[in-house]
Parts: sequence; C-alpha cells; structure tokens
Amino acid sequence: MDVPSARGEVTEILIARLTAGERAPLDDLAATTTAALAASDDVLTDDDLQLALFLMYELHYGGLDGVADTWEWDPRLLAVRERIEREFEAALRRAVSQPRATRDVSEALFALVTDDDGPSLSAFVERDATAEQVREILACRTIYTLKEADPHSWAIPRLHGRAKSALVEIQADEYGGGRPERLHATIFAAALRGAGLDDRYGAYADHVPATVYTSMNLMSLFGLHRRLRGAIVGHLAAYEMTSSLPCRAYATGLRRLGFGDDVTDYFDEHVEADAVHEQLAARDLAGSLADDEPEIANDILFGAAACLAIDGRLWGGLRERFEVGESALRKPLP
Amino acid sequence: MSAASSAHPASITSCPDGPLIVRGELALFDDQGEAVMPNRRTFALCRCGASAIRPFCDGSHKLVGFRTTPPPRTAAVTFDEPAPSTLNAE
Repeated sequence: MDVPSARGEVTEILIARLTAGERAPLDDLAATTTAALAASDDVLTDDDLQLALFLMYELHYGGLDGVADTWEWDPRLLAVRERIEREFEAALRRAVSQPRATRDVSEALFALVTDDDGPSLSAFVERDATAEQVREILACRTIYTLKEADPHSWAIPRLHGRAKSALVEIQADEYGGGRPERLHATIFAAALRGAGLDDRYGAYADHVPATVYTSMNLMSLFGLHRRLRGAIVGHLAAYEMTSSLPCRAYATGLRRLGFGDDVTDYFDEHVEADAVHEQLAARDLAGSLADDEPEIANDILFGAAACLAIDGRLWGGLRERFEVGESALRKPLP
Repeated sequence: MSAASSAHPASITSCPDGPLIVRGELALFDDQGEAVMPNRRTFALCRCGASAIRPFCDGSHKLVGFRTTPPPRTAAVTFDEPAPSTLNAE
C-alpha cells in the first residue's frame, strides 16, 4: 500500500525513517513513542499511535510501497512496536471485562454475543442510511476486509488437531474454497468498485478514523503473538457469530438504496457463509481448543469480548456521527 | 462435531439450538425437486424454519429463539467485574 500521511509526531518520525532506507537511525522514534504513550488520553482511540502500530504490523502483511522489506524484522523497530503493544493490551484489559464460562466455552460464546445488544450500524443501514453514508462505511471496512481472514490465519500453525482442522475449514471458505474469484477479499473489492470506490489496499488510509486501525490492530496483536492464540480464536468466533444477521440487514439496506448485485454479493455471501462459520468457530474451533488447552479458555473469551467491544466502538461510533448528520471520515471521499 | 472429508460418507451434524451442518458429497433438492447447489463444501441447513435463504441457514434461529434443548437455568458466562457499558456489535 502507499504510505499514508502522518497523524502526529510518532507517525511523522516513523514514516520518515521507514522511507529513508534500511537501518536508518531510530533512537528518536523510541523516545517520541514513549512520550506519546505517556501523554495519550486513550491509546484505543489515539490516531497517531494506532496508525503507527498499524504501519508496523503492515510490514508483516502486504508491506508498504517504498519501504524496505527488511524493516519487518528490524529488532529496533520491533522494540518500539512492543512498547505500543504493551500499552494497547493493558488498555484493552482495562476496557474489557474478562468473561468466564460457567459450563463450557462455546455456550459462553453464544451467551456473550446474545447479550451484546447495543445500537447496531447494520439496522441503521437497513432502514435509514444514505448512499453516501454507505460509501463511508465501505471505505472504513477496506482496511480489514481487503485482507479479510488474514490475521486469523496466523493462528493456523499454532493450533493442533481438531482446532486446527476447524480453523482451516473456515479459512478455506474465506479464501474461496479453491476459486480465486470467490475469495472474500476479492468479492469485497468488486463491491467497492460497484459502489464507485477505489479497491486498492490503503486507498482510504487517510480518510478512516483511528478506531478502524484499532480494530485491525486488535486482530494483528492477537494473531501475531502465539501467547494470544486463544484470543485470536475467540476474536474469530465473535466476529463470525455477529455477522450473518447484520449482513442480511446490510444487503437489504443496499438494495433499498439501489446498489446493484455486484455490491450486495459480498453481504449476501456472508449471510450464508457466516451462518456456517459461526457454528464451526464456536464449537469445532473454540470449543475444541478450550477442551485441548483449558489453560487458555479465558483467553478465548477475552478475545471474543474484545472483538465485540472494539468493533462495537468502531461501528457504533460511525452510527453516532451519521445520526447527527456528520461524516464519519477525517476528510471527504473523492 | 467431527469433520468428514469428501472421501468419507457425507455427515450431518446437529448444532444445539442451531442448524444442521453438512459435510461431504450429497445431492440436495428443493420443494419442486430442483437440484440445489450449495455454495461451499461445508454448509448449514435451516432447522428452525425461519431462514430467508432456505434450505440454508441464515442465523435466524437466534431471532426466533429456536431451541433444541431446554434453556439453562443459570448464566453461561460471568464477568470478573461489571460489564462495560454496552458496546454494540456491528
């Protein structure tokens, strides 16, 4: 992706160093990051820190244009990333109550998502949203959905037996089941084009609010740390378990607004796919993992609760802006 | 639930309070006897009758409170401290 614009001192220095070539000095980045963490009101909504973390994580995915690939494993950069991650995880643990299963983990997961009943963006799209608001939502989804499923795939080599088999079964479907044109990220790219939006990764990197990066970084944090393999599994379960009904509402809203099948296809696909994935993720994946590794059962539930909390803030935040007639973006779409 | 690859006989697994998960090769026909092609290797058949995409599941069983087992008398999950103010899912 193109390197986005800086959002503060940390990303200003980070971007300058990353684009200066391999092994540029990083001392000032570490000091600035430490100061920014100390000064931040809320790491979970901090534009500068969340974008910085996103850019460092992006080196492990598609990379950044004009940035040397060797930065991915530069120990000095990893040390800066760890400082942000430590505060990020601490803030998450303060913001999200740790759930505990009274009987079994899959039953607890179903209870968690059932009890999560805040105002939903999908219901707003179904009945009230304008076409421009829908385009803003799609732009906000690009950061994750153009690489849909990737952060959860980090967990594959860290699981074993039934849990691994279940994760691969879900991910194979996410990746089109052998049909490249049915890759969910590819279907979403078609939806973007159908809605008149740019489908290149990062095209709206300067538009989206910090909470979009927080949501993406949550998945990367859980996915890239083997220690948090339970949390990435719980995240996937919660994500899949809160998808099929909202996607039906999205599809209905998009049809109401006159968007074509090329745009609704993505949401229609997820109504059916995620009704399957929900069962596989809660029972075969999360349930099996909790049986096999009971010591990480609480991590599974924490990951699920964090998914609901962080994505709830993101999408609920968009709805709040829309309800008062404002844009959810930092600058208007072209 | 246990997985079965297509090299094995098709399997149908019932999910508590939810759909039937189908794995493996089998032919599926609608009310008119027309063949229905699933869009994926593993698919879920509606069991509650409320799905808008029958014969497949769309998650509607949750909306209609479909149950295959008696509801438990005690909560399935507790929290270490009061849950944060409700944070909505998408």
